[in-house]
Amino acid sequence: MLSALLVMSAIAAVLGAVLGFAAIKFHTEGNPLVDKIDDVLPQTQCGQCSYPGCKPYATAIAAGEADINRCPPGGEEGIRKLAELLGVEFKPFGEDAVPKAKSLAVIDESTCIGCTLCIQACPVDAIAGAAKQMHTVIASECTGCELCVAPCPVDCISMQVIGEKIANWKWKYPVYAMTATT
Amino acid sequence: MFFSPLISKSDSVSAIMLKVLLALLPGIVLYVWYFGPAILVSITLASLTALGTEALMLKLRDRPIMPFLKDNSALLTAWLLALSIPPLAPWWMVVVGTAFAIAIAKHLYGGLGNNMFNPAMVGYAVLIISFPAQMTHWIAPHGMVISELTFPQQLDFIFHDVLPNSDTLDALTMATPLDTLKTHLHLDQPMRQILDMPIYGRFAGHGSEMVALGFLLGGLYLLASRIISWHIPAAFLGTLFVLAGIFHLADPAHYAGPLFHWFAGASMLGAFFILTDPVSSPTTNKGRLIYAAGAGLLTYLIRVFGGFPDGVAFATLLMNICVPLIVLYTQPKVFGKKGSQP
Amino acid sequence: MRPAVPVGNDNMRKLYHFHGGIHPPSNKTQSTRATIARAPLPAKLVIPLHQHAGETAKPVARVGERVLKGQLIGMPDGIVSSAVHASTSGTITAIDMQLIAHPSGLPNLCATLVPDGKEEWAPRKTIDYRDHSPAGLQHLLRMAGVVGLGGAAFPSDLKLSLDKHKITTLVLNGAECEPYITCDDMLMRERAAEIVQGAEMLRFMLDAEEVLIGIEDNKPEAIASMRAAVAAGGHQRMEVIAVPTVYPGGGAKQLIRVLTGIEVAAGVRSTDMGVQCFNVATAYTIHRAFAHGEPLLSRIVTITGNVLHPRNYEVLIGTPIAELVALGVALPDTDSYIMGGPMMGFPLPSVQVPLVKATNCIIASSKKIFPPSPPVMPCIRCTRCADVCPADLQPQDLFWFAQSREFGRAQAFNLFDCIECGACSYVCPSHIPLVQYYRFAKSEIHAREHDKQLADKARIRHDYREQRIEREKQEKADKLAAREKAAQAARLADAQPLTAQQQAEQAGIETSRAHIRELAQSAVEHADEGTTK
Repeated sequence: MLSALLVMSAIAAVLGAVLGFAAIKFHTEGNPLVDKIDDVLPQTQCGQCSYPGCKPYATAIAAGEADINRCPPGGEEGIRKLAELLGVEFKPFGEDAVPKAKSLAVIDESTCIGCTLCIQACPVDAIAGAAKQMHTVIASECTGCELCVAPCPVDCISMQVIGEKIANWKWKYPVYAMTATT
Repeated sequence: MFFSPLISKSDSVSAIMLKVLLALLPGIVLYVWYFGPAILVSITLASLTALGTEALMLKLRDRPIMPFLKDNSALLTAWLLALSIPPLAPWWMVVVGTAFAIAIAKHLYGGLGNNMFNPAMVGYAVLIISFPAQMTHWIAPHGMVISELTFPQQLDFIFHDVLPNSDTLDALTMATPLDTLKTHLHLDQPMRQILDMPIYGRFAGHGSEMVALGFLLGGLYLLASRIISWHIPAAFLGTLFVLAGIFHLADPAHYAGPLFHWFAGASMLGAFFILTDPVSSPTTNKGRLIYAAGAGLLTYLIRVFGGFPDGVAFATLLMNICVPLIVLYTQPKVFGKKGSQP
Repeated sequence: MRPAVPVGNDNMRKLYHFHGGIHPPSNKTQSTRATIARAPLPAKLVIPLHQHAGETAKPVARVGERVLKGQLIGMPDGIVSSAVHASTSGTITAIDMQLIAHPSGLPNLCATLVPDGKEEWAPRKTIDYRDHSPAGLQHLLRMAGVVGLGGAAFPSDLKLSLDKHKITTLVLNGAECEPYITCDDMLMRERAAEIVQGAEMLRFMLDAEEVLIGIEDNKPEAIASMRAAVAAGGHQRMEVIAVPTVYPGGGAKQLIRVLTGIEVAAGVRSTDMGVQCFNVATAYTIHRAFAHGEPLLSRIVTITGNVLHPRNYEVLIGTPIAELVALGVALPDTDSYIMGGPMMGFPLPSVQVPLVKATNCIIASSKKIFPPSPPVMPCIRCTRCADVCPADLQPQDLFWFAQSREFGRAQAFNLFDCIECGACSYVCPSHIPLVQYYRFAKSEIHAREHDKQLADKARIRHDYREQRIEREKQEKADKLAAREKAAQAARLADAQPLTAQQQAEQAGIETSRAHIRELAQSAVEHADEGTTK
C-alpha cells in the first residue's frame, strides 16, 4: 500500500517535472493559434466581420468571442478551413454575411477630385495619388474590401467583378451524367 | 462536355466481374460432381437475394439501379458466400447472410468500390457466429455415407427442414476435413491414421480437394487474363506452404503438411477469389504481398490453434482492417523521386 | 527500376524502360500516304498574341497598318514570353479579343490580318550560328518566336539557359507517340537534313556532347530518312535511335528515360541532370530561323479523323481551322473537332478558331470514331491505372483525393508528377475521367497558392500601414510634446527679470518696429493718393 502510494507520487512528481520543464523549454511567444487563424483568413482587411481587420477577427475567434462564419471574402471554403483548424462544426453564412464575387475597386479618373479620403481608407495602401491629384487603384494590390467606396465624396469608385479570363481560368470539377461516384 | 482521352480500352467493371464468375465455374462443376446439385440451390438463392437487396438498397440510396445491377458485383458476392457455407444450410440462412453482406457490408459503406471489408466474408462471419450448428451441414461426398438424399429430399430439407423418416442429420452430413482432423488430433490419434479415413483423398478432403483444384484452375485463368496479379495468391499460398511445412517437418504426427493446407478448406477460393477482391485489398504490389502473407499466417494460426473450422474468412477480415495502413507504407517510388513516402 | 529491355531493332545502344504505358490503335497510316502539301493563303488570318506558355506578347502593330511577312506584331513581354509575327504581308484590321483554341473556350487578344496576296517579306537576316554567343542566339530565338512545337509551346530560348550545368546529351524527340498525329513523322521523312542541321545548332548552343534522336519503331521511313541525313551530313556523335512504340513514349521525360536512363522528376530542370530535349519540328524551326532568317510563321499540321482526305499540310499560323478542315473535306457526320491527339487533345470551341504554334493535329470527330464514354461507375481500386502510369503514381488514390477535394493529400501523393497523358483513363474499366480530376485538382491548388500569395502580400502591406500610422501618431505626439516643452521653457524664461542689456535691446526693437509701422502707414497713404488721382 505504502510502496504503491510512493511509486504513484514519484511518477506524478517526475511527470510534473517533465511538464514543467517542457512548458519553459518549448514556450512560444504570442498566440500561435491566432497566427494560424490569421493565416486562413483572406487578408482583405475589409471589416465585414465587424472587427477592424483580419488579425483582430482572428484574435476574437481564438478567444471564442466570434463565430467562424463572419468572413464573406473567405467564402465557404474559408469557413471549412477554420472549422477544421479549430475542430468545430462547419457553420454556413448567416443572412447578413453573403460572399460576393471577387472584385476590384476602380476609380473613375475623370470624376476624381483628388481628396485623398480613399487613400486614407485603403487598408493595404493600394491607392496611389496625392492631394488635388488624380488617384489610381493599384490593381495587383487591391483586395476588393470596398472600404474606399463609402468615403468618396463624389462617388467615383466602383467595384468591378473580376471575370473569368484565360489567365485565371481553372479546370472545372468533372460533371457527368451518372452520379455514381459522388 | 467530353474529356480527353477520347478513346478507351473496351473493358468494364461488369465484364471483369463476369470473368471472375466464369472462373468459378470449374470449381462449381466439380462441386456438383462430388457433392450433388444442392450447391446450385444455395447459389441461386443467394443470387436472387443479392440482386433483390442490391436493388432495394440502390433505391433507398437514390442511385441508378440498372447500371449497378448489371455490374455483376452483387452476383459475385452471392456466389462466393454460397460457396463458403454448407449446401444443406437452411434457405433462410443463405438469405440472411447474403442480405447482410449486401446491405450492411457493402451499401452502408457506400456501395460498390467503397466497402472496407469483403462483403461475402462479412456474411460468412455473421452466419458462423450466429448459427454455428447449421454451419456444419456439409454434405458428404458421394459414396461416403450409407444413405444419400435425393435432390427433392435435399430441397425439402433446405426449404422445410424435413428429413425422410429413416434418416438423421448426422447420417447425412459430415464435418469438413479440417474439422475432422482437428477433432481427431484432440483425441490424440496419430496423423497417419486420421488421414487414412475415407473422408481424406490424395492431399486433403476427398472430393473437396478436387473442388479446390477447380478453383485453382479458375484462378490460373484469372492470372492469365490479368484480372488479378500474382502477388496475392503467391504470397498467401506461399506463406501457408512455408508455415505448414515448418510445423509438419518439426512434428509430422500433429501437423498436416503444406499440400493438405493448400487443398483443404477455402485456401484456393481465398487465394484467387476472396483475398483478391480489389476493393478491399491493397492497391500497391508490395502491399499485396504483405496483406496476403498476413492472411496466410492468420489462416494457418486460426485453423491450427483457433476454435473455428477454417481461418480464411477471419484472416481476410482482419487483414482488410490493415489495408489503409499497408497502402500508406508501401507507396512505390515515383518517377524521378528518391524516396516513396508521401 | 526495371532492367533495359531488348528491343527488336538494329540499335547498338542499351535502352531503358519506363513503367506502364499503353498500346492504343495508332491510326497513323491514313495521313501518311500523301506528302506534305502547302495550304493555300486564307482570306483572313487571326493571329493570337498568346500562343506560348507564359505572358501574352504586347501588340506592336497598329490597326490599319500594313505589315510584311515576318514582321513583328507581338513583342515578348516578361521573361517567359515569345514574339509573334505577321504570317504574311497584308493589313492589320483589328486587334481585339477573339475566340482561340483553348479548352476554356474563352477569348484572348488576337491580331486580325487580311493578306494582300503578295507574300512580301520583311528583311530577313541569315546568320552563321557559329559566329554568335549562345546568349545572343537565345535572344534571336526569342525574337523569332520559336517555341516548342511538340504541344506545350514553351519558349525554346528558355530551355537553352544553363546554370553552368554541363549538358551531356541533347535528346531530339521524334517519337510522336499519340495516335493519329503524323506531322513529325512526315517532317522527318521529307526534311530530315534541315532537322539534323537544327539539331547541330542546338548542340552548339547547349555545348552538348552527343545528340540522340529518338523515333518510335513504327516509323521506319522516318528512321531511315533521318539516318541517311545524319550520315550524309557527316555528323559525329549524333545517333538516330528506334525506340519501342508505347504510349506515352514521346513524353519528354519518358523519352529521356528510355534513351539515357535518367529520370527527371517534376519541378526539376532536365538541364540540371545533364540532358535537354527538343522536338524535331522545333529543331527544324531553329534551322529556318538561323539559316534563313525566318521567324516561326507556319508549321506542319495533320488533318485526319473523319475526313475524306487525311493529310499533312504546311499551314500559316493564324489560319482558321475551318480552312484546313475544308482541305481535308470533313464527312457529314462530323460533330466536333479535336486539337491534338485523342489522348491529350481537347475539343475546339469553334471550327473558326485560328491555328496556333501548338497545333500539331486536327481530328474531325464523329460518334463512330470516338464513341461517347460508357456510363461512369465507381472506382473499384483494380489498379489498372497504376499498372499503366508512366510516372509510377497511384492514380486511384489521386482520384480519391481530387474527388473529395483533399488537395493537400493529393499533393503529398505527388499529383504534380502527373503528366496528364491519359493512360489511366484509357484503361479504367469504370470509365472515370481521371485526368480531368487531376487537372481540376492541379488548377485548384495553383489558384489557392496564388490566393495565398496575394493574402500574404496584403497582410504585409496592412501591417506596414498599421506601423506607419502608429509611427506617424507617435511622431505627431512627439512633436506636440516638444512644442509644449518649448512653450513651457519660454514661459519659464518670461518669469525671469530682464537684465539691463536685454531691456535696452527690447526697447531698441520696439522703436524700430514703430518706425516701420510709420513708414508703412505713409506708404499706404501715398498709395491712396495715387489711386484717387
